[in-house]
Amino acid sequence: MACNPVRDRSDKNHSDGNMSKQTIVEYATRLGDDALILGHRLSEWCSNGPFLEEDIATINTSLDYIGRARMFLSYAAELEGAGRTEDDLAYTRDCRDFKNLLINELPRGDFAFTTVRQFLVDAFNLFFFEALVGSTDTQLAAIAAKSVKESRYHLRRSRDWMLRLGDGTEESHRRTQTALDDLWGYTDELFHMDPLESELLDTGVAVDRAAVRLRWEPLVTELIDAATLQLPQPYTLPGGGRQGVHTEHLGHLLAELQFVQRAYPGLQW
Amino acid sequence: MALIPVVEKTVQTNADKSVDTSVDTSLTAAGGGPAVTAEEVLRRRRRQDPDTAPLWEILDQVCDPEIPVLSIWDLGVLRDIERTGEHITVTITPTYSGCPAMTTITEDVEAALARAGFAEVSVKLTLAPAWTTDWISAAGREKMRAYGIAPPVQRSHTVACPQCGSDDTGLISEFGSTACKALYRCNQCLEPFDYFKCL
Repeated sequence: MACNPVRDRSDKNHSDGNMSKQTIVEYATRLGDDALILGHRLSEWCSNGPFLEEDIATINTSLDYIGRARMFLSYAAELEGAGRTEDDLAYTRDCRDFKNLLINELPRGDFAFTTVRQFLVDAFNLFFFEALVGSTDTQLAAIAAKSVKESRYHLRRSRDWMLRLGDGTEESHRRTQTALDDLWGYTDELFHMDPLESELLDTGVAVDRAAVRLRWEPLVTELIDAATLQLPQPYTLPGGGRQGVHTEHLGHLLAELQFVQRAYPGLQW
Repeated sequence: MALIPVVEKTVQTNADKSVDTSVDTSLTAAGGGPAVTAEEVLRRRRRQDPDTAPLWEILDQVCDPEIPVLSIWDLGVLRDIERTGEHITVTITPTYSGCPAMTTITEDVEAALARAGFAEVSVKLTLAPAWTTDWISAAGREKMRAYGIAPPVQRSHTVACPQCGSDDTGLISEFGSTACKALYRCNQCLEPFDYFKCL
């Protein structure tokens, strides 16, 4: 992630006070962590995909997510102004400092689990980034404009796979339904607004997650039906990602993600 | 954003000197390709700014590391060149957010200018406006096709086989060898091929 050219930041909004600057740093870190952790999970399919084309497709999606993470984290690091870089944020923070939502860190499971999670998150990201394009923070808006085009593609692919697996063989249907049931309780956290995001929503920086839900639910419900799957009974698992309270899986993920920088601090390609 | 003042200045300069603005505007909506946007016409005019014209030509030698027949100009990755005294600022934009080629392109830009005797170079990465396949030049689309990659078309159009020209083709995978390409198959000549996705 090193060797980044100087970024054009001449259009940045400089008028914010220090307090609100810190909240934007936190907001960008959250969005960066969501992308980084899911991007890493997807990368685990490299050479493990069900067949060559899907292996490559999954890794390309992973690359988009990691690229997105770089944009958010390098912005957070720069705005923070404490001399840290995107690499410091990605490779040297511990579990408690990661602010990703829990759905992103769950182990990749089988291909059905990966597909269902991707569908739920891709649909969320499409609507989320469409809204973030209108952010009063011009850099967040620029990252969103870049991301939204990619999310449209991601969703096209994950939606097709939902239909194929849900309306496929008995086994693919069973696995997809199980994955959907297991994941459903984690989706609530996608739409939770805490005081920090509510404050940023008031200043036009952040996205209203409740409004995203109004667009997400009909799309997801309709597709689940088209894929001959059952909408799970509503249930909510405890969140905590935004407070740094994670499942036990994140530590294992970070052990792999951060190993090289932990063993050889400061190493560059 | 940062480009706007430069654009305005250049347009004025060119208008004053009645510079030929017909460069590469042959690109039309034919065959599913994009119509030329006003923004793109301005970018093409910028090449004729007497201060930087030789620099644009030097950077025509810098190619995309993954599609080496395409220059970064053809691809629309090269956005702007500014010159302040001896200092040159080159602005590039990534095709996809995770594009691993940006670092290589940055190094290649610096190396090409260094070879031509320009030592003070900074390369800026800009995200806005977001890159679009509409910025690929007409020449770039042709080079891409000759190289075996079907150039991007609007969704309502069929993707023609770059080998035999047949419209009887089908999607194999939404993602090909890189994030910017999808994998297709020609039902006529039976060859698989990459399609550069419309973004």
